[in-house]
Amino acid sequence: MLLSAEPAVTTTFSSDPMIPRPYEIQRAKWDSSDTFSLELTPVGGGDIPAFEPGQFNMVYVYGVGEIPISISGDPARRDMLIHTTRAVGTVTRAMSELKVGMMLGVRGPYGAPWPVDEARGKDIVIVAGGIGLAPLRPAMYRILAYREHYGRVVLLYGARTPADVLYRKQLEQWRAHFDLDVFVTVDRATNNWRGSIGLVTQLIVRAPFDPLNTMAMVCGPEVMMRFTTLEMEKRGVNSDNIYVSLERNMKCGIGLCGHCQFGREFVCKDGPVFRYSQVRHFLTKWEV
Amino acid sequence: MTQSKKNKPPKLYVLERRDFQELLTALSADGYQLIGPTLREGAVTYAEITAVEDLPIGYTDDQEKGTYRLHQAREPRLFGCGPGPHSWKKYLFPARMRLWQAQRSNGGFTVQADAHTPDKLALIGVRACELQAIAIQDRVFTGGAYVDPAYQAQRENTFIVAVNCGRANKTCFCTSMHTGPKAVSGYDLALTEVYTPEQHYFLIESGSPSGDEVLHALPTRPAAVDEVEAGEAIIAATSAQMERSLETKGLKDLLYASYDHQRWDAVAARCLACGNCTMVCPTCFCTTVEDVTDLSGDTAERWRKWDSCFTMEFSYIVGGSIRSTAKARYRQWLTHKLATWVDQFGTMGCVGCGRCITWCPVGIDITEEVREIQTTSVAPTAAVTERKRKRENT
Ligand SMILES: Cc1cc2nc3c(=O)[nH]c(=O)nc-3n(C[C@H](O)[C@H](O)[C@H](O)COP(=O)(O)OP(=O)(O)OC[C@H]3O[C@@H](n4cnc5c(N)ncnc54)[C@H](O)[C@@H]3O)c2cc1C
Ligand code: SF4
Ligand code: SF4
Ligand code: FES
Repeated sequence: MLLSAEPAVTTTFSSDPMIPRPYEIQRAKWDSSDTFSLELTPVGGGDIPAFEPGQFNMVYVYGVGEIPISISGDPARRDMLIHTTRAVGTVTRAMSELKVGMMLGVRGPYGAPWPVDEARGKDIVIVAGGIGLAPLRPAMYRILAYREHYGRVVLLYGARTPADVLYRKQLEQWRAHFDLDVFVTVDRATNNWRGSIGLVTQLIVRAPFDPLNTMAMVCGPEVMMRFTTLEMEKRGVNSDNIYVSLERNMKCGIGLCGHCQFGREFVCKDGPVFRYSQVRHFLTKWEV
Repeated sequence: MTQSKKNKPPKLYVLERRDFQELLTALSADGYQLIGPTLREGAVTYAEITAVEDLPIGYTDDQEKGTYRLHQAREPRLFGCGPGPHSWKKYLFPARMRLWQAQRSNGGFTVQADAHTPDKLALIGVRACELQAIAIQDRVFTGGAYVDPAYQAQRENTFIVAVNCGRANKTCFCTSMHTGPKAVSGYDLALTEVYTPEQHYFLIESGSPSGDEVLHALPTRPAAVDEVEAGEAIIAATSAQMERSLETKGLKDLLYASYDHQRWDAVAARCLACGNCTMVCPTCFCTTVEDVTDLSGDTAERWRKWDSCFTMEFSYIVGGSIRSTAKARYRQWLTHKLATWVDQFGTMGCVGCGRCITWCPVGIDITEEVREIQTTSVAPTAAVTERKRKRENT
């Protein structure tokens, strides 16, 4: 059974979760020297599957391999799938070389989302490091779409250098919102950088939010998340109200291959987004 | 198709040894391919059989830490051997399987799913622990939000003939795991082999409607009371013979609290990280995938293969493997089997079959490792905890 345009596709697709669906690249652009965004549409037309902020897809590059990549687009838009990827190895580099009009295989969306709906009525603090902003962008879109349901909304973002700052235009726009606090910092500045310098964790101390009524969502390298959660707790945010998104090796994305295990959790289906209090025991252990 | 009948006294029948072939013939006539224990390369291996003579008649095995030996027994039993290095999972969950193939076509590709057309299989001689292992894999592959369609299709086409154990190996510990030596559910037919110099027969009972059908077609008679008792005595003796045991009470919590236990260093000093224990284990389910293309690049395929948490690549993410040491990998394996599995699937991932003990080249014994942790666990002193906390926070 072919999975291109025939209507029969849907049955095979839903009955065998390991079958990727071909998507065509509509737009490709570099966000930084090593990170690029692809806009994709399903071959044969139709909407992309509905997704929640924080969910990911298994993305297949023909003949090369399949990797988990978070969805970085607006969950309100069903006409376009967006993935932002950092080229770091075999599959991501092959992906970066694909041109408009070429295809990728996609299965998903998978995983547990950011708690954007439970967070209603609370202040929101989003802390992102590097490529970690990609899985958090859909949360920003959703929160901004329902802005009146939330208290203060704070985005703290850290990148290595100014050239590594993702979604620059968007950050500028968000910064212009009167009801949004956006702070961007870089580890190492260049001459034209007028923002702050230092680790993103250092922004937490003076960020404007009410620790007792805050939902924090954190994504970045594991060390960054450890420090961030620590700082958040220092400010008085309860570990039940801190969420982190974890990365593990993933071969299936659906709880069958065993690769993504992290203690008792399967990162692919129980996460990748976890309540910090739920995983803290294992996060503080070595080589889990 | 396997369903247990609860709350009904088992109806036991007697199938004479000389009529055993009738069972195989009946299953073949129903279109089943028969798989059973055979002797291959000095070990009991599950493989296709056609006649009773293909079984390891009159053989028995000795198993200990790191050793396995077959020898001729005095008694011509059909099922005198315990579990070998292979488990039934290779039939239900193949070691290598193509998931799909894709054809390249002008800039794009189309994906073609592989149809799951399972053979009808009759597994002959499934031990109680192995039934439990199959039940565990059922949960893993078909109990969650996403189902493995190939596994499910094969399970629906599998007929199970269980055999209650008449002998325990030195590496067996099913009694303490509550998984044997008697088959209690999950079979279509269950047998107990009774041999005395005067008699050789099988007590046979059905556990499912398809089992009923096959049973009715066989030349059996209802078992007499003394025959039923003879079967019970055999199972009780097997249970009493079991030397190894594993205490599961409180084990999950203990292991969760033992990530920093010094025993992991001791076992890591011996463990070769060869992964044998995971390959022979009837419940281990991890897989990896492999992408291949033909020379022209016009056809690509994705294969699924058994994998082991003992490899370095298993936990690889950009920047390095999460579990880079043998210590972390052995800890992951044992903790998964006996602790995290419980939270994941509502059952332990170990059925006490003893394979990992027998087939470990350096004789690492899961029951011994657990006992060490159980007997040497002391609450770390406050100073140690404080030091550790500081280290973890930096
Ligand atoms: C839930 C989730 C969401 C993610 N979202 C994003 C995102 O939005 N953007 C982004 O840029 N990144 C994301 N990542 C990270 C991304 O998946 C990795 O960067 C990517 O897998 C790297 O693949 P690679 O082939 O380019 O790198 P490589 O370093 O070549 O390989 C990495 C992967 O390839 C496999 N692999 C490599 N070598 C071996 C080997 N020897 N044996 C077996 N397997 C091997 C492994 O699966 C490994 O994870 C996410 C990860 C997860 C888990
Ligand atoms: S862990 Fe060892 S004893 Fe337990 S089921 Fe697996 S192979 Fe058998
Ligand atoms: S415990 Fe034994 S069988 Fe398992 S990986 Fe270590 S050396 Fe190999
Ligand atoms: S990625 Fe396969 S089980 Fe999670």
